[in-house]
Amino acid sequence: MSDLNTQAVMRYKNSFLKEVEERVEDGYWVKMCMQCGVCAGSCPFGPHWEHSPQKIFMMIRAGKRDEVLKTDSMWMCTSCYNCIARCPRKLPITHIMHGLANYSYRLGLSPKGQPNQAIARLFWNNAIKSGRVNELTFSLAMYFKDGIVQGIKNSLAMQGIGLGLMKAKRLNPMEILGGHTCKDKGSIHKMIAKAREIEDRRRGLA
Amino acid sequence: MAEMKTAAYICTGCGIGDVLDVKGLEGAAKKDGKMAEVKTHAFLCNAEGVQMIKDDIAGGVTHLCIAACSRRAKTEAFSFPGVGISRANLREGVIWVVAEGSDHDEVRQEMAEDYVRMGCAEVKKIVVPGGNVKQSSSKRILVVGGGISGMTAALAAADAGYEVVIVEKANALGGFARNLVKRVPFSGPYAEPQPTGIAEMAAKIGANPRIKVHLSSTVTETAGAPGRFNIKVAQESGAVTEELVGAIVQATGFTPYDINKLTELGGGQANVVDQAGLEAMAMAANGGAIKRADGKEIKSVVFVQCAGQRGSGGNGNGTHLEYCSGHCCATSIKQAMYFKDANPDVDTVVMYSDLRVPGMGEDFYRSAQQKGVIFTKGKVAKVAGGASCKVDFNDLILNEDTSVDADLVVLATGQVPNAGVNLDDWSAVVTLADGGDEAAKAKTVEMKKGSVLNLEYRQGPDMPQFKYGFADSHFICFPYETRRTGIYAAGPVRRPMDMMQAQEDATGAALKAIQAVENAEKGRAAHPRAWDLSFPTARLEGCTQCKRCTVECPFGAIDEDEKRFPKFNEERCRRCGTCMGACPVRVISFENYSVDTVGNQIKAVNVPDQFEERPRLLLLACENDAYPALDMAGIQRLSYSAYIRAIPVRCLGSVNTIWITDALSAGYDGVMMMGCKKGDDYQCHFVKGSELASYRMSKIGDTLKQMGLEEERVITHEVAITDHERVAKLINDYATQIVEIGLSPMKF
Repeated sequence: MSDLNTQAVMRYKNSFLKEVEERVEDGYWVKMCMQCGVCAGSCPFGPHWEHSPQKIFMMIRAGKRDEVLKTDSMWMCTSCYNCIARCPRKLPITHIMHGLANYSYRLGLSPKGQPNQAIARLFWNNAIKSGRVNELTFSLAMYFKDGIVQGIKNSLAMQGIGLGLMKAKRLNPMEILGGHTCKDKGSIHKMIAKAREIEDRRRGLA
Repeated sequence: MAEMKTAAYICTGCGIGDVLDVKGLEGAAKKDGKMAEVKTHAFLCNAEGVQMIKDDIAGGVTHLCIAACSRRAKTEAFSFPGVGISRANLREGVIWVVAEGSDHDEVRQEMAEDYVRMGCAEVKKIVVPGGNVKQSSSKRILVVGGGISGMTAALAAADAGYEVVIVEKANALGGFARNLVKRVPFSGPYAEPQPTGIAEMAAKIGANPRIKVHLSSTVTETAGAPGRFNIKVAQESGAVTEELVGAIVQATGFTPYDINKLTELGGGQANVVDQAGLEAMAMAANGGAIKRADGKEIKSVVFVQCAGQRGSGGNGNGTHLEYCSGHCCATSIKQAMYFKDANPDVDTVVMYSDLRVPGMGEDFYRSAQQKGVIFTKGKVAKVAGGASCKVDFNDLILNEDTSVDADLVVLATGQVPNAGVNLDDWSAVVTLADGGDEAAKAKTVEMKKGSVLNLEYRQGPDMPQFKYGFADSHFICFPYETRRTGIYAAGPVRRPMDMMQAQEDATGAALKAIQAVENAEKGRAAHPRAWDLSFPTARLEGCTQCKRCTVECPFGAIDEDEKRFPKFNEERCRRCGTCMGACPVRVISFENYSVDTVGNQIKAVNVPDQFEERPRLLLLACENDAYPALDMAGIQRLSYSAYIRAIPVRCLGSVNTIWITDALSAGYDGVMMMGCKKGDDYQCHFVKGSELASYRMSKIGDTLKQMGLEEERVITHEVAITDHERVAKLINDYATQIVEIGLSPMKF
């Protein structure tokens, strides 16, 4: 158990709803759910989630902390925004799902090896490194995330598309050397560090 | 009345003169209708046409037939008080519904001439009603029950200028609401509980010179009829006061369902209370921390919704109340707020399966969620009371059995109406008692002790009860109306409701009571024939004392006199004519509506003989829904068969079977009836009329068989006022069906 998690358990004891309200992005909306189930019915990924948003809200109220934070459900959200558009109580459900995913990741409780989580992490790391997403290194990092053999297999499978992109001048192989970056990388890193510090302080994660 | 002088007026406007042969119509009125005077006008409803009629009336015309549009049209122009009027419906009934073109000229003209003949025949049998003879007329209004409904009704009536008498069983006004800390919000922003305002209302009543209040009192006798109810009010001490009133509002409210019967939900155990119990605890806390009976401060509370309500759909074993009481969700939300407002750290869980907050309750619900009240969708399996309560439940979202601990459990029990004696039970006991059963006689005395109004009516001491024991209501069309004219139920005694609805209900009932006293004073009927001055009379020398009229009258208007003859209480009568339809010897009639007024119309129709190969169909249409639907079919220019001759009747209940047998004997090929919906969700304006008609018609098969006729020749349909397309289709289908069956053998 991570230190952050131990602290959170100590702090909120059995009031998981309160923990979510204070620490999860838009978490204070959870209590306003009226359990109509429109979000669950609207979700295009509905059948593939372990728990629908409706159930997750109910589980939060019922204090099922471990089950909520360890499930991969929130990671299945594709941000299609159907649920937000349809929620009669105007809950920002998509944002709450991402907030919950982020929180569980911060506490070290999120499911290991969850592919969407891996992509999100690779994307973030790639983007903040130079202030721009380097599509070539991001794709390669994805292909090779499960080892060299799988990486080569993935690359071969995608080589047609890659060559096509190069022909159409949509992919520059020279980008592998680091590519173009933002003018002032250092400042971007500072900005992100500051934002994170503020955010953590607000959420009690400092 | 002076000698009858008749006149017929034929309007040729609205296209009537263009498609019909007016000379033929005049001939029908003159020759067959035997009208002393027949006049034609191109625009009868304009000032000139109306003046012509008025001049003739001044010149001595006493009975007139207006052959123009439907009786439902131009009612103001063609309103001539003091004379008998009939209307031949040439516009909506003929030219707008018979298919266009010269192919149909002959049947169209036949139909129009028949309607003129029918109108002339009808008016000659009409006696101009003089209105009910006034016996006395009190305009005071009695309000039984001094709760929020009763007080609202009393204040509304007093503000409108009427004297009010309130009878309240308890020693103070306020009823159930008197024991509430606050009420569910009734004005914006609907976010916080609001003061009940009961004390202010009671003070207002005390200061109002028009309102007289009897506290610690009950009604021990109600005799008479609208405009002249004699009330005996008995105090706890035994002193009896007599009051004369014109109408009654019964606002006797409800009693919470007995929590001790809810053993499966912990009813009767320590720290399991109902909503009334929680109000008492909150009242004692006076805004501070709410404490249990054992003095412990409550830190967690679970509200169990639908406790012993909604049958198996709610919580409990499903053997308690079948219905939803409507107010309990909002009430629990309010009570959860008592806790949250005193201390936000108290855990409040509302356990529901379907949360229903009528009115602006959604805002209140959201407000509670914002305050941190937890709403859990679950079905309770078991409640254990005691020092530490536990609620076992099935979480309906997560689909798992689980439990929650609490210091206190509040059961949201339902409303049980205080509607007095159930008349079905009553009549069963009375039948036994009349048969000489001593135990049953004792039982009637015992039952009467539970009565609210103690009516001196042959039908029993209280108003009839609706579903689940609620006081009577014409639920679908006229919710304030009951089957006891001049007596109106308001508030949760009529149907489950919250305070806001009860107040609205009470205002409506007060208005109905005002209408009742005003109509009674003018000698007129009450709703829905409030303009009607006619009333039923019986030719007693022909009466066989069969009692059908007294039993079948839906409104308890007919008593029996010492000689067992029917005795009409005209003020209670709604003029539906159900007694007239019931009477096997046809001695009951109204001045302007009788066996003869309709019978003569039936006879006035020219029935084609067997060689003409045209059927003739009679349609008896209820004037409340079916006849307007027929008019609407005309307005929409939907065509239907010209073989039909429609006669409006006050209610299908007033249809006397003699009309049907007479028509069939005269060679009509079929009789169609259209009335309102019957059954539990009836729409009959007179409650039982269509049901009785349907029962009577179910017996007519034997008569038809004796006459050698097919049963299909008499048919009844339930029709709603919106059914204009359907009525046209029903008529056409029936005409086709009769042609297939063949012409009536009675013609030969």
